[in-house]
Amino acid sequence: MTEGAAVAALDLQSRPRLAPGVRLKYDTARECWVVLAPERVLMPDETALEVLQRLDGTKTVDALVAELVTAYEADRDEILADVTELLNGLLEKRVLAL
Amino acid sequence: MNAPRNYGSKLPPPMAVLLELTHRCPLQCPYCSNPLQMDQVKGELSTVEWKSVLAQAAKLGVLQVHFSGGEPTVRQDLAELIRHAREVGLYTNLITSGVAANKARLDEMAAAGLDHVQLSIQDSDAATAEKIGNYAGAQEKKLAFAKWVREAGLPLTINAVVNRRNIDRVGEMIDLAVSLDAARVEIANVQYYGWALKNLEALMPRFDQFEASIATVEAARERLKGKIVIDYVVPDYYARVPKACMNGWGQRFMNITPAGKVLPCHAAETIPNLHFDSVRERPLAEIWAKSSAFEAFRGTDWMPEPCKSCDQREIDWGGCRCQAMALTGSAAEADPACGLSPFHAKLRGMAEAASHAAAPDFQYRRITPRAVTSVGEKKSDSPEPVVG
Repeated sequence: MTEGAAVAALDLQSRPRLAPGVRLKYDTARECWVVLAPERVLMPDETALEVLQRLDGTKTVDALVAELVTAYEADRDEILADVTELLNGLLEKRVLAL
Repeated sequence: MNAPRNYGSKLPPPMAVLLELTHRCPLQCPYCSNPLQMDQVKGELSTVEWKSVLAQAAKLGVLQVHFSGGEPTVRQDLAELIRHAREVGLYTNLITSGVAANKARLDEMAAAGLDHVQLSIQDSDAATAEKIGNYAGAQEKKLAFAKWVREAGLPLTINAVVNRRNIDRVGEMIDLAVSLDAARVEIANVQYYGWALKNLEALMPRFDQFEASIATVEAARERLKGKIVIDYVVPDYYARVPKACMNGWGQRFMNITPAGKVLPCHAAETIPNLHFDSVRERPLAEIWAKSSAFEAFRGTDWMPEPCKSCDQREIDWGGCRCQAMALTGSAAEADPACGLSPFHAKLRGMAEAASHAAAPDFQYRRITPRAVTSVGEKKSDSPEPVVG
């Protein structure tokens, strides 16, 4: 296998969490939530924040999607597609880890 | 110069502050970002003074603090300052050469709440690395330090400054960062002012070397996707558009010198006739809002053409003021890295001439009588939207 294969792929049983060195914090000066990471500050929108706040390292993607389907009374496939895209993007940026 | 500034009705708070805790450093890298005239140890801010700076910064809205230098670990109160920074709510980043602290001290910093470590390397090849830093045995110490960082559970970024001596090994430097279990590697071409400008011919890579390095970085990004984040800062001399230096002068970032002077960027003292306020004389919030040095190039009102009417003016903010000063003689000129600058051809010509000249010996960075470091180039502190 190549080096790239060392990267765990996201699936329904993955339990994503904030990567080491990454913190989610409410910023009182700007009155918004911020993700503090090495050399960067991310400002999550409402949906991203909703997802990040639900991740505790024990919750599976499957359970997360189920929660969101209930909370938003939305179509599961649609939520799963959106969540997968968001999580993969944050994994690639090393904001999340598995 | 007294017209209302064009940055909106309310000045946003700074995102980050970099503390040059000291200018002392065991390394003597010839591209050091510290000024030619460095602060002496007796003038350094005390522990109590730095703690006050940290508290004031947090209150002002700063989110991240970078502990830098010189070599910040030569300050014996570093763990105490890290602990205080965490107590007031700041994200803490250590920018270090890794040669001046043992494992016990690193563990003490981790216990104090350090969030992240940036470790500089001068090359993947030990002999060249130690020639650049003028410090025998540095590489072995750095590799050990990287191991301790990961053992302490801290995330690691490797910073590598590239120049004509090492740019052909960009791939090896990335591989070294992977082997050290870094989550991120920052490869930055030298920025030419201060020490680096004195060493222009000794450091400038050829254009073909630069092009090859880009190809190497792009291939590595693809190969190592999800495994390591690779940031590459390209050399201004071979660019056509300027960088948004500091994300705009006085808009996101403050740099504080060992003696407490507050600068809009680490090289700002190369610009004559600017007055820099000190945290010993004025509250930090007042300096951010009112210091004449911060006001001088904040926003877009100071801009001459070609910046003034350019649709990129609030994207690149005119580029780097210090580079404009060094190469055009005026800090209010457009950054000559910009293809629209009348000095752009001169800049490229300097790079071509320097990179094809025989490489002279380094003029090493030193405080009289002896001396110091390199830290990596500073990165953007721009907030990025996360779209869910």
